[in-house]
Amino acid sequence: MQKEKRKIVIPSQVLGDIKSKNAGRGTFVENGKIYSGILGVLNENERYINIVPLKGRYDPSIGDEVIGVVEEALGSGWLVNINASSPALLHQNEVPWRVDFGDTERYLNHGDCIKAKILSIDESKKLQITLNDRNLYKINGGHLIDVEPSRVPRIIGKKGSMLSLIMKYIRCRIFVGQNGRIWVDGDTESIEKVLQTIYKIEDESTTFGLTNRIEEMLKKDAKDVR
Amino acid sequence: MKSDIELIDSNGKRLDGRGPEDLRPIKIEAGVLHRADGSCYLEWGGNKVLVAVYGPREAIPRHSQNPLRAIVNAKYNMAAFSVEDRKRPGPDRRSREISKVISEALERVILTEQFPRAAIDVNIEVLDAEAGTRCAGLTAAGVALADAGIPMIDIPVSCAAGKIGGHVVADLGKEEDNFGDADLPVAISPRTDEVILLQMDGHLTLDEFNKAFDLAVKGCHVVSEIQKKAILDRYQSASEAE
Repeated sequence: MQKEKRKIVIPSQVLGDIKSKNAGRGTFVENGKIYSGILGVLNENERYINIVPLKGRYDPSIGDEVIGVVEEALGSGWLVNINASSPALLHQNEVPWRVDFGDTERYLNHGDCIKAKILSIDESKKLQITLNDRNLYKINGGHLIDVEPSRVPRIIGKKGSMLSLIMKYIRCRIFVGQNGRIWVDGDTESIEKVLQTIYKIEDESTTFGLTNRIEEMLKKDAKDVR
Repeated sequence: MKSDIELIDSNGKRLDGRGPEDLRPIKIEAGVLHRADGSCYLEWGGNKVLVAVYGPREAIPRHSQNPLRAIVNAKYNMAAFSVEDRKRPGPDRRSREISKVISEALERVILTEQFPRAAIDVNIEVLDAEAGTRCAGLTAAGVALADAGIPMIDIPVSCAAGKIGGHVVADLGKEEDNFGDADLPVAISPRTDEVILLQMDGHLTLDEFNKAFDLAVKGCHVVSEIQKKAILDRYQSASEAE
């Protein structure tokens, strides 16, 4: 982990041999050699060669909590954009309300935001999401921004360290969806500050010692205010 | 289309001073547009090309979706001001053909099985044209796709060769294209040398064809290095910014 620089790889770059390592995420194998299949940062451990993508769409996995924007109300459910390669289906049985057939528009409409959970992914990558959980709901108010989905772990930090840091110094409410959508609520000034911080984290996400630098920045700002 | 100008002199020097195997100067920049998922700006001699990539996203109209893989929609368009006489804007027979062959070339390198029912849109905008715009467009599209984070088995690259004044040369310029004998655009997947696009305009003997093809492939490898450097430059600097 203590390497000075993280190595950027581009598609078609040779990464290793199938005999010594297993091909992990973001790679493909041809003639016994492992190649990079995507633009990203190389992440090698004893057994696997993985690539953490730098850019690209959200790759859903079951159980992820995401923020979706309703695209369309159907007869028995909704189509929701969750920043994946195809929209997700929210069936009327997967919402906490009792919905009559054809009455979906009364509850969610085009443009509404929801905090949802990925329920299932079938073999042809058809997605289903659900609102049936205590902490899932329709979002009212606040501010929504998009970041690269690959930066989400960095914005949350180890065990949420980065998020709790931001919330310690700035009065606000934040929810980070695994799909790279972030919801922020608070007064105008603090929203602005949170956004600046998040964009800074996103810009510098491949550097080391980021948490400490962000803390210093936030501390300095907090002093100016008080 | 015979003319009196001498396209290549007895020393093998061409009109713009290049040797028979030299390419025009190439400049590539990745990630130039903010709203697109991936983008690339490329200058190749007098060609200026801007490419924007969107997706993978839901394919619309829905009947165009493929339940097994993503579809690749490349759209080649020449700006009205890209040529000497104003080009009538909008798709024509030529640009539709180029869009089709480029789409099929890109489909070969993109891992489309990972995104069933999705579409990947590649918009190729030719701002300034000077022979070889389809090669420039396809080369720029390769960089823009990588910049968009789309999984691919290779970064496609393209280069042309041709015959002028009886000599086989690489990368035809404007006069060479207009008054030459043949033009042979080639696109390959540079890791395996697999041909993903091959067209020919004019007449070549089998020997000449083989020679031109080898020259074009050689040119592709030169361009491929410039492509890779452009992508790495764009992101290396971002990760070193401390």
